[in-house]
Amino acid sequence: MKPLVPLFVILAVIGLAYGGGQLADTRYLLGIVLPYAAIATFLLGFSYRVIRWAHSALPFHIPTTCGQQKTLPWIRSSWIENPHNKRGVLTRMALEILLFRSLFRNSRAQIEEGPRLLYTENKWLWLGALAFHWSLLVILLRHLRLFVEPVPRFVIGMDTIDGFLQIGAPQLLITDVVVVAALLYLLKRRFTDRRLRYISLYTDYFALFLLLGIVITGILMRYFFKVDLEGVKQLALGLVTFSPTLPAAVGPLFFVHLTLVSLLFAYFPYSKLMHMGGIFLSPTRNLANDSRRQRHVNPWNYPVKVHTYQEWEEEFHDKIKNSGLPLEKE
Amino acid sequence: MREKLWIYGGLLLFLVGVTFPVWRDAITHATTQPPALEMPANQKQCVAPTDYMLTSHMKLLMDWRTSAVRDNNWKYTSFNGKVYQKRFSGTCLQCHSKAKFCDRCHTYVGARTPYCWNCHVDPALVKGATP
Repeated sequence: MKPLVPLFVILAVIGLAYGGGQLADTRYLLGIVLPYAAIATFLLGFSYRVIRWAHSALPFHIPTTCGQQKTLPWIRSSWIENPHNKRGVLTRMALEILLFRSLFRNSRAQIEEGPRLLYTENKWLWLGALAFHWSLLVILLRHLRLFVEPVPRFVIGMDTIDGFLQIGAPQLLITDVVVVAALLYLLKRRFTDRRLRYISLYTDYFALFLLLGIVITGILMRYFFKVDLEGVKQLALGLVTFSPTLPAAVGPLFFVHLTLVSLLFAYFPYSKLMHMGGIFLSPTRNLANDSRRQRHVNPWNYPVKVHTYQEWEEEFHDKIKNSGLPLEKE
Repeated sequence: MREKLWIYGGLLLFLVGVTFPVWRDAITHATTQPPALEMPANQKQCVAPTDYMLTSHMKLLMDWRTSAVRDNNWKYTSFNGKVYQKRFSGTCLQCHSKAKFCDRCHTYVGARTPYCWNCHVDPALVKGATP
């Protein structure tokens, strides 16, 4: 039962944080020490991994292509699917990062009666992933209202658009609904698809449960078990201005949320979540398919001493001539 | 070498973005000092305990609105037995000032201006009007 262990780990963290949120010493640990340690781990770990990737060897251009390569001027090339210059690469990368274009091509193989193998298109993963990632970004940016004083105009604007349904008070935010739905779908597909369940690992479930835990505690705090926002803002502001304070009025549920977020940040650089940085450094995506148009020299090629035919002919010129063999120069 | 420039440039941009709250607060000299709220001079106790009002006043206001408008129930018996009129301008805003109480905290935590003010008027702006 692969999903059970990560589930219990997350539940244990929630339990510990809930207990810890009620004692003065552990509140200090969870509210101040842990967030600083987590964000430091995140920043250093993230930078370390990106720098490590930057130093890896790149001997060839290895883009994956799925369109006509640029060849003769009268053959139309697909400049996004098979980019031959920087403009194409940038467009392709932007569409991949912002719209998850490769997931849009996702297909599903089924064996139908006959038996016959059938490939059908399957856009649900693309939709779920897009909904989840964009909601997460909006939610993250919305949280700036707690970290920044005065609150930037774009954060308030984002909140207004997000809550434009005007349901209840505090107003229902669309991203809150979308992110839960998307996460539950992403979890559900790992449970229900046999092949997917087979290849799903501990880390796949751990990340999903962790994110669900964060989202659910956040929603509980906003709509159901209210916390003192003024205290939360004081704590958040104190952390980013390096003058940490621990307001007394903030309840244990907030500490569960904060602990899970800290766990996410600390776990980030060590996990598959690093695809956030990795997508920019994917050689199969960020290189132009111009191997035939430009010479790419392998960076670790050492200078090879060569003896060309021309030089050889020069050296044995007289002997070749005397034996009556043809010479290229004459 | 050009790739390194892209990668390190991107990483730097990311780090600057992530630390946005840190340098933005440094620029604006933000402190953890919460806003000073002007407390009512004429009353000692709100319609519910302070802890409750601090976190859940929006729920109370919505409940008042629903029960008054839908069920024609305008009386609210508070936790200490005192009976209040369920009126936003007539009860709440008689003690609290929009500008010096509501708005200060709402602006501080970035809880955007609710749509209370689409219908209700701040009585301070209309002198002599009956609530």
